[in-house]
Amino acid sequence: MKQRLPLLITLIVGLTLIVQFFSPGLSFIQERFTNWFLVVIVFAFLLGFLSLVKVNITKIKRRSEDWGYSIPLLIALFTMAIIGIGWGIGEGTIFNWLFMNLMVPMSATMFSLLAFFVASAAYRAFRARNLEAAMLLIAATIVMLGRVPISSAGFLSYLKLDAIANWIMTYPNTVGQRAIMIGAALGVVATSLRIILGIERAYMGEE
Amino acid sequence: MGITERLANIDRRIIFLFIAIAVIIPLLHPIGLPTKVSPPVEKAYQAMEGLPDGSYILISADYDPATMPEIQPMMYSLLHHAFKKHHKVIVMALWPQGASLAEEALNEVAPLYDAKYSVDYVNLGFKSGGSIVILAIGSDFSEPFPKDMYGDPTSEMDIMSNIENLNDIDLVIDLSAGDPGIPAWVMIANARFHRKIVGGCTAVSAPQFYPYLDSGQMVGLLGGMRGAADYETRLNILGTATAGMDAQSIAHIVIIIFIIIANIFFFVEKRKKG
Repeated sequence: MKQRLPLLITLIVGLTLIVQFFSPGLSFIQERFTNWFLVVIVFAFLLGFLSLVKVNITKIKRRSEDWGYSIPLLIALFTMAIIGIGWGIGEGTIFNWLFMNLMVPMSATMFSLLAFFVASAAYRAFRARNLEAAMLLIAATIVMLGRVPISSAGFLSYLKLDAIANWIMTYPNTVGQRAIMIGAALGVVATSLRIILGIERAYMGEE
Repeated sequence: MGITERLANIDRRIIFLFIAIAVIIPLLHPIGLPTKVSPPVEKAYQAMEGLPDGSYILISADYDPATMPEIQPMMYSLLHHAFKKHHKVIVMALWPQGASLAEEALNEVAPLYDAKYSVDYVNLGFKSGGSIVILAIGSDFSEPFPKDMYGDPTSEMDIMSNIENLNDIDLVIDLSAGDPGIPAWVMIANARFHRKIVGGCTAVSAPQFYPYLDSGQMVGLLGGMRGAADYETRLNILGTATAGMDAQSIAHIVIIIFIIIANIFFFVEKRKKG
């Protein structure tokens, strides 16, 4: 029963939504399911919150590796939650001040470090070892130059790098991306059918 | 270890130092390199410009502070353009932090055009559920968004009085840093509800959205800081993206020089080893 019930719910919901998609008269079913989903997802947030708290408290108790990081995480989690629920999240609130002056600069700093690591990785790994790698290297160099204004300045403007970069993005890139998209979409359809029919059960914790 | 081998394995902190200099100097002393508007940005501009004054624009702020340097300038430019055209702007977010970032931009840009909250624009805030939220507003905005970001009922707002669902929106703009983002909007808002979509995303994810442009599922695309700078250029405003393009230009040149040097050493070593 513990296994059959979720499988049965998945089968009924999956098939119902497929049938209603092709039947405009049944659109009320989709609206009802959509509203149910929006309610369920809130519980997923609550579950995530409780799981995060549990995992980090256990880590602190057991003095696991890097347990010290769990302390500021829990302090930040509860501080933001209490301040947000208690005093609101809009303009001029403490929550908004903390968000704008702590969260925003810290996140932006982490992301901006990428520029340094990309430069270092490019220096070490970007080698013209064979024909394919050389073609990739040339295309990447053209796009990197063509996507910044310096390609339209001085002698570089005669090379028309921006036009070539646009061509690479519009044609070879689009062709490759479209092939990946079609492949991924077929994969999604196949996996969805496997889930609906109960063949794929990883979402229930099975291997 | 030979000199070429040593240079090939240069300490990464030296590379970091060069990148830091390449970024900081142009930010402190801008060169003012001219920006040429790229075709996907021109299409995005025309999509907004071509609408009659007072049209309804939906902007979904699906990004977070990490991608703010690239995407927030897009939000500013698009708001400038929308308010300049007297469009009604409805902002929402599928990412938790997007609503606050959008709010910051709205508070700065709206007063410049005397735009009034709940009359000319509204921030509906964040709603969890990703693509399901898009599906829900396709039927009825008030279901997922009975209240705005501040807890005021949307049913009592002037701006929402003519809006029932996505069919009443003239242009959907998704500023996205990942999932849920542009693919969800294209698959639901465009494919199912036939809305025009303009996308804004980080430079690294822009290539994957070109098929949507080619197929006409998206009517414009702003890719990374360059996309934002192009839009600023088109609007003739000097924003943070335009200011950042000098630094990005020099940083790209430095990275390319490093790649060339690394390849020279690679071939020298290869020849030595026979």
